Amino acid sequence: MAEQSGSGPATSNEGLFTRLVRAAEIDTRMLGMIAAMFLIWVGFDVLSGILRPGGGGLLGGTFLTSRNLWILLVQTSVIAVMTTGMVLIIVLRQIDLSVGSMLNVVAITAGVLQVFQLGPWLGVGHPIIWIIAVLVALLLGAAIGAFNGVLIAYGQIPSFIVTLGGLIAYRGIAFLIASGVTVAPMDKTFKLIGGNGPAASIGPVWSWVLAAVACVAIGIAVVGGRRRRVQFGFKPKPVWAEILSVVVGCAAVLGTTAVVNSYLYPPKVAERFALDNNIPIPTGVEAKAGLAICKAGDKVVTCLDGLSFQTGYPIPVLIMIAVGLIMTFVAKRTRFGRYVFATGGNPEAAELAGINTKRLTVMVFTLMGGLVGVSAIIASARLDAATTALGTLNELYVIAAAVIGGTSLAGGIGTIYGAILGALLMQSLQSGMGLLNADSAYTDVVTGLVLVLAVFVDQVYRRRVK
Amino acid sequence: MKFKILTLLAGAVLITASSTAVMAAGKTIAVSWKTFQEERWKTDEAAIKKVVEAAGDTYLSTDAQGSAQKQAADIESLISQKPDVILVVAFDSDAILPSIQKINDAGIKSIAYDVQFEDPSALYITFDNVGVGRIMAQEMLKVKPEGRYAFIKGDKGDPNATFLFQGQMEVLKPAMDAGKITNVCETFTDGWKPDNAQKNMEQCLTSTNNGVDAVLSENDGMASGVVAALDAQGLAGTVPVTGQDGDLAAINRVALGTQLVSVWKNSVDLGTVAAKAALALADGADPASIAGVTKFNGGKKGVEMNAILLAPTPITKDNIQVAIDAGHITKEQACAGVTAGSVPACN
Repeated sequence: MAEQSGSGPATSNEGLFTRLVRAAEIDTRMLGMIAAMFLIWVGFDVLSGILRPGGGGLLGGTFLTSRNLWILLVQTSVIAVMTTGMVLIIVLRQIDLSVGSMLNVVAITAGVLQVFQLGPWLGVGHPIIWIIAVLVALLLGAAIGAFNGVLIAYGQIPSFIVTLGGLIAYRGIAFLIASGVTVAPMDKTFKLIGGNGPAASIGPVWSWVLAAVACVAIGIAVVGGRRRRVQFGFKPKPVWAEILSVVVGCAAVLGTTAVVNSYLYPPKVAERFALDNNIPIPTGVEAKAGLAICKAGDKVVTCLDGLSFQTGYPIPVLIMIAVGLIMTFVAKRTRFGRYVFATGGNPEAAELAGINTKRLTVMVFTLMGGLVGVSAIIASARLDAATTALGTLNELYVIAAAVIGGTSLAGGIGTIYGAILGALLMQSLQSGMGLLNADSAYTDVVTGLVLVLAVFVDQVYRRRVK
Repeated sequence: MKFKILTLLAGAVLITASSTAVMAAGKTIAVSWKTFQEERWKTDEAAIKKVVEAAGDTYLSTDAQGSAQKQAADIESLISQKPDVILVVAFDSDAILPSIQKINDAGIKSIAYDVQFEDPSALYITFDNVGVGRIMAQEMLKVKPEGRYAFIKGDKGDPNATFLFQGQMEVLKPAMDAGKITNVCETFTDGWKPDNAQKNMEQCLTSTNNGVDAVLSENDGMASGVVAALDAQGLAGTVPVTGQDGDLAAINRVALGTQLVSVWKNSVDLGTVAAKAALALADGADPASIAGVTKFNGGKKGVEMNAILLAPTPITKDNIQVAIDAGHITKEQACAGVTAGSVPACN
């Protein structure tokens, strides 16, 4: 089996599943990750039902509730956005240890700008404040990233050293900018980017519209991909495999949409929303486990059927999805992306082939910086504050997510969707342990073990696939 | 070496002799700061300087810039300037001990300012950290005598996180034993990070289906994360949250009603008390006779020391004025976004 030459035909002793997977060209590594994630989710759900005092028993866990999954996606977004950039950096055989500190500088700068400078000057809540803050955050992130990149590419300093210096120095700069003070509260519109409050989600209708658009897009992408293969003389996948990928992709999108839509506004939020929008609250019977609200006498209480509002996709999750799609496009379909993978695979060959690897390095680090800017916006908007502790240790989580997601530290190999899944898996562990009210020491132990285990399994897998 | 010690001793005898003999002569109070990187130490310094200079005495200082080695050299240079008392903010409470020995050898009095080092001859002046936890729990008990409590503790590696929790438990234990208060969530927060506190609070609310009546957060930074998590469930303002440090944003939250209390350790108080104690020591007073001095042996090695443990100030809606009067926060900062008439200090 191990001696089989790479391009040889599939041997007859392979199982049906292996042949199906091979014909459909499914990334088995991703299947493995999804299976692992599924196990973790179910495991936490069962444990959270059994272990919590007053929990719901075997099937009454809290992990697989729409509320927890919705929050899980929001919690993942900060790390996931950064990890898409880290994939390209690691693929290029570089590393960026400074992302957590960069996030801190950017968040503090954007915070000081909107709270201490623009707020008093333009009037608190002026609609242009959040736009300026967002632009400054993105540009500052990109500028710091570019600075890192120039030192690495043209200064010939190893990226480990440059960004290790950055890890230490940028945090100091962040402290000096705000002289250690916590900056809060953020601009009202800016805050929405963090996903808190009714206006920070797009609601059920737009969520379904987006899901429908996504399904159509998946269909078009599959058809387009097939046509391109035929055009360039490659053997297309079997038709059933194409149909299967559309169906599975579409089902995943619709399923996720159903989950985020079934997270209802928390009762207190729903009550305030109804009052603010003059929506009458119906009368009904109080129920402790109810999620809807109704009036019992002149009190607003929770009840089984009454007034409720579906939440839909929150803004930070939409940003995460958009970043994932754009970065996948950049990595796979643009010349820039192909150069990154080519250079990571063999730097000398890439340079001899005429790729300007120095400029490429600067570009990749600039892109990373821009993504850190995006994450800084989400993180500070979500916390509704910019503090000097924000972003601490994020560099390690970002790198770990990329590695768990299959990015090889040897360079040249890595996928964007894998890294996002990696981020989701790590956050699942942390959120799940949180639901169990576990000591954070156990969470650290488990997260560390999973990181090493993931890489071990990956190594074994890669050796066998060869 | 022997000669050096002898001269030092001789000098010390001379100093003590002269300082006790001639009370009118200007005293010299020296401070070895561990760092000025953190903003607060400048506040402490201003308070100490004010008291010392108002008494017509001389203030000397060095900044160790976050290095134990530099601090050792700093103290040697301070000793050579023959001050009456040296206040030490130790960067490393163990590595400082040889330097303290040199101070003792030179016959100079020492004060452990805010950071403890365990030398029985020194006077230790700090805020009562277990007391901070007690105050948090007392303030919470006033508004929620019974209910489901969540505990958002600090970093597991920081002994202060446990001291604070101990203090809270001392106060809450009777009510917990009586079943009036239940502990529904209790979690350490890596690095005291607000975003971790936010995630922990989110998970706590999810697992209890919002069944939380009170949150004891051990500092203001984490309180900001807790309040953000409560806000997402529409509970900010109805579920009281504690904190400490007197963060400007936290005092604003207290005014807005989303945080119950921020226990504030007023650096001006600490500096003033320490400077007065230093002047008393310089005048030859016996440490045990200084007002507020008690015996303290709660350190790592359990060494018994004379100590002044200051009670911190709880800042609630009713006494925000205290922080404004102390110049810690401006009225505009404290009252940003506050509805008129809801908070006395903001009218």
